[in-house]
Amino acid sequence: MGTRTAIVGVGQTHHTSKRKDVNGQELISEAVKRALEDAALSLNDIDAIVIGNMDHFEAINNVDGWSVDGSGAFMKPIMKVTTGGSTGGTLGSCAYYHVASGLFDVVMAIGWEKNSESDTQAAISTCADPIVERDFFGGAIGPNAAEYAMYMKQFGAVQEDAALVAVRDHNNALRNPHAHLRKFITVEDVMKSPVLCWPIKLLDSCPRSDGACAVIYASESRAPKITARSAWVHATAVSHDYVYFGDYDWEMMPTLQATVDRVYQRAGITNPLKDVDVMELYLPFSTCGVVWMDHMRMCGAGEAPKLIRKGVFDMNGELPINPSGGVLSTNPIGATGLIRIAEAALQVMGKAEERQVSDVKTAMATAFGSCYWFEATVLRSAKP
Amino acid sequence: MKSKQASEHDELLEISSGEAEHVYHWHCGHYISRFLLGLRNKKTILGIKCSHCGRVYVPPREVCGRCFKTMDEWVDLGSEGSIYAFTVVKLPYIDPNTGNPIKVPRTDVYVKLDGADTCLMHWLDESDEKKITVGARVRAVFKESRRGTIHDIECFTQI
Ligand SMILES: [Zn+2]
Repeated sequence: MGTRTAIVGVGQTHHTSKRKDVNGQELISEAVKRALEDAALSLNDIDAIVIGNMDHFEAINNVDGWSVDGSGAFMKPIMKVTTGGSTGGTLGSCAYYHVASGLFDVVMAIGWEKNSESDTQAAISTCADPIVERDFFGGAIGPNAAEYAMYMKQFGAVQEDAALVAVRDHNNALRNPHAHLRKFITVEDVMKSPVLCWPIKLLDSCPRSDGACAVIYASESRAPKITARSAWVHATAVSHDYVYFGDYDWEMMPTLQATVDRVYQRAGITNPLKDVDVMELYLPFSTCGVVWMDHMRMCGAGEAPKLIRKGVFDMNGELPINPSGGVLSTNPIGATGLIRIAEAALQVMGKAEERQVSDVKTAMATAFGSCYWFEATVLRSAKP
Repeated sequence: MKSKQASEHDELLEISSGEAEHVYHWHCGHYISRFLLGLRNKKTILGIKCSHCGRVYVPPREVCGRCFKTMDEWVDLGSEGSIYAFTVVKLPYIDPNTGNPIKVPRTDVYVKLDGADTCLMHWLDESDEKKITVGARVRAVFKESRRGTIHDIECFTQI
């Protein structure tokens, strides 16, 4: 497994719809300063940096070099990674690989996005093949809307099941001072909100946010000297399958299932409901919070609505999902997956303040993007 | 004096990239070219079969990702199939290829053509979600004048 590695500090901006007061580099430095402060480290302690975003949102393609002033990478090794929506998850994995390799002791992952600088749907559409699929893609929303249309037909789930997920995540965000959208909503509000791509409505959908997040990973020799409250990486996994959206198997998403199976196996998780204390999941639409519960082996095929109606994934339920408010309340896309890891780490470190779930020993984070890429990370308070 | 200076410095500017379009020229290669020529010349939808795992892919491509084998067995898939999934798009987002808002409502449909293992994405000529069923039979409607693009198929229609 390589060198044992822990998350020792996290920082994020207060995410919002438009940050005209800062440019990209300045937004990045805000998160970097907060992460350094959280870990009580200085930039001199950072051996290497991994940075990422979805470069078509800002139309700046050399983000690694362009961001040096903000990231603190002046004369340090820095590399850019970008995997679409899952970029933030990949950033966490890459920072982990750097430390686990034994070549670096302290590595910082930075995810950021200024979604407000362009049309989000237009930018995302460029991930679909331009010759045969882009014109039928429906932006980011289209494929997930189609997935839920199919799930409803297959299992008799209804739009209200997804609305319950929207209500859970949006209302959890009320406890998170960093969240972009912080407004109490009801199932009725969700059902009455405008349809974007049927059956996904405005309140079923993630917002577009400006924001950044930084997470510091340290080796087992350095981590205990930095903090007594680390979040140890027990497993990461990633899988990717196809080129075309039409190739994709929606009846049981193979990438999600393979990814969670790998981390469950590596971390010794046999029943996620019982063996994981909290999850921060990349659910870009409330509908994913229904369908993907089946694929993550929380229950049998088609049984997710039953668990959701029972409140199993609520803050006081058996397995709280998204205490932060999740992607439905905050979505600076290149940072979004890394925010999941940061929030899971805060839960393990006992630093999640008002949104803290009690007695968290094991937390899991996922990221999702592209066609169709999944990332997962399992963090624990105990060293592996 | 001091407050005036402060307000001068408080103005936050935004610079737009401009009106110019940056045009791309995408290369289709042998496989997608043959697929598009099938639409243009014969109104047929071509797929390709992996001789190793037997899966039939549409659109055709060189390599079966699962087996990492080169494929060369072309299959004529006809023009009928069933709806695997669909969405009715109501948000007029910007088309990245034109810079203009898309026309809504618009139904994006994933068609499982008879004999194919993957779906072809296209439009359906029905935008009332209550009149569209997952599993319904559909047929491709071809344009009279065809140029060798995916839009040589006008749309799919329920039969
Ligand atoms: Zn094959």
